[in-house]
Amino acid sequence: MKLVKAVIKPFKLEEVKEALADIGIEGMTVTEVKGFGRQKGHTEIYRGSEYTVDFLPKVMVEIVVDDADTEKTTEAIVKAAKTGKIGDGKVFVIPVESATRIRTDETGPEAL
Amino acid sequence: MKIKKYLLALLLSSSAFLMTGSLGAEEMPVADEEAAVSIVTSADAALAGGDEFAADYLALLEAQGEYAYAFDFFTVSMLWTVIAAALVFVMHLGFATLEAGLTQQKNTVNILFKNVFIISIGIISYAIIGFNTHYPGDFNGWISFGSMIGDLNADGGNTFGYGGVGLAMTGYGDFIFQAMFAATAATIVSGAVAERVKLGSFMIFATLLVAIAYPVVGSWHWGGGWLGGLNGGNGFKDFAGSAVVHAFGGFAALACVMLLGPRTGKYVDGKIKPILGHSMPLATIGVFLLFLGWFGFNGGSVLSADPTSVGLVFTTTALAACGGALASILISWFFLKKPDLSMALNGFLAGLVGITANADIVSPMGSIIIGFIAGVIVVFSIIFFDKIKIDDPVGAISVHGVCGIWGILACALFDVTDSGFTIVGQLTGVLAVGAAAFLFSIIVFGLLKLTIGIRVSPEEEAEGLDICEHGQEAYPDFASSSR
Repeated sequence: MKLVKAVIKPFKLEEVKEALADIGIEGMTVTEVKGFGRQKGHTEIYRGSEYTVDFLPKVMVEIVVDDADTEKTTEAIVKAAKTGKIGDGKVFVIPVESATRIRTDETGPEAL
Repeated sequence: MKIKKYLLALLLSSSAFLMTGSLGAEEMPVADEEAAVSIVTSADAALAGGDEFAADYLALLEAQGEYAYAFDFFTVSMLWTVIAAALVFVMHLGFATLEAGLTQQKNTVNILFKNVFIISIGIISYAIIGFNTHYPGDFNGWISFGSMIGDLNADGGNTFGYGGVGLAMTGYGDFIFQAMFAATAATIVSGAVAERVKLGSFMIFATLLVAIAYPVVGSWHWGGGWLGGLNGGNGFKDFAGSAVVHAFGGFAALACVMLLGPRTGKYVDGKIKPILGHSMPLATIGVFLLFLGWFGFNGGSVLSADPTSVGLVFTTTALAACGGALASILISWFFLKKPDLSMALNGFLAGLVGITANADIVSPMGSIIIGFIAGVIVVFSIIFFDKIKIDDPVGAISVHGVCGIWGILACALFDVTDSGFTIVGQLTGVLAVGAAAFLFSIIVFGLLKLTIGIRVSPEEEAEGLDICEHGQEAYPDFASSSR
């Protein structure tokens, strides 16, 4: 099993969710996060003084998938979240040791 | 189809109404002269006929004694005065939301708490000492401490004789309208010292400011004091309090901010780092409520329902506010590169403070210009105070202090009544009021600084006053476990 962790632009969440549903992904965890990469921040103005906003709002989507589904999951996210402009985000894939469904005690890929 | 029928019916009925209306108007002049006579005779006839309501009404008239002739004007004016007082009360909600919106989330409970305290202590202290200090009757022109208000309905205080046409209200109406004003001065300070002032010290300071300094300084003008000798004896002009309320509060705020110092993190390595307000919607609600309340603040200051003045004052007040907002929008857009909402909101208030001194003596065009100039002044003033490290989170010093001075000067520049107000006379008055507020604040707040301290610790400031001073949060996180 793999944990697919994607940091995306907040307004792309709906499209990413639909793309994942289309390939049969049945669940995900979403967190509102802040951060920056090469995009860096931007300047804003408040009562006559400029200031830089370094941390921009992003959404982090976490999905645990069977090894076989890893590639198509990543592809679906990348395709749906892409705008082609700087700041689109990143997708990470991390190995997962175990998974357990609390209600039924199922473990492994059945628990996903 | 149904809607069309309904509209047609509405159109027909309204045109019928208009026709009868115009017919009625043509007949009016004939009936006019007889009307006055017939009211009196019909009241007598009703009385003779045993109409108990007529008797009740005539008894109310009789209670007015020799002033019965003015009973209806007096009643309408008194009603307007208490409505205006209620509108000024709404301004305190406006201040509370504006100040909360323009400061950080972690200090929201603290800001709201201070506003609750100020209105409470403001009105009570005005009853105990303020009203009779503010209006001492015959006095030396500088200072006379009064005592608790007595029965203001006694000795004709409930008749037209209390103040005649110029002050057409009862003693209690006069008191409650003025009491609503009193707390405003301390509220102005509250916004400027927000996010770092020690609650206890602020409460002591605000109490002394509203109970003693405000009515004493106010008596110089409205109480018949020495400011009346200004402008070559023509009297100092400050219609609803650009000087004695707003500049007073603004200069008290300036003194307090100088003693208090800026918020931690506002000035780093000589650079200004803005500390953002946490809710622009709250700030906007606050300013619109203040705008609404100002109709009572200025409109009520006519002190009667005098048809000539009330409409004019409402108009000049609204025009100046809008002129101020437009000017701030333009200036912030051109000079600060962006149309800044918080500046536009301050522009509304700048225009309102600017027109407060002169709302009853300027033309509509004059009021637009007064508001517009106030809106320009306020943006540069806010930037100026920011540059010299006077950290005022809500812009109170600029809005109330600086624009207060402008409003007073505008009395001399835009007066269309030829009342002889001079720049020198007006400037003398407003500087005297400002200096008094500044000195009182430096001394009292300075003494508090030397004794119990006026500023929270750096740790408390970082953590936020809500948790440290009140042990509460304005927006506790949604605890999923409790659902």
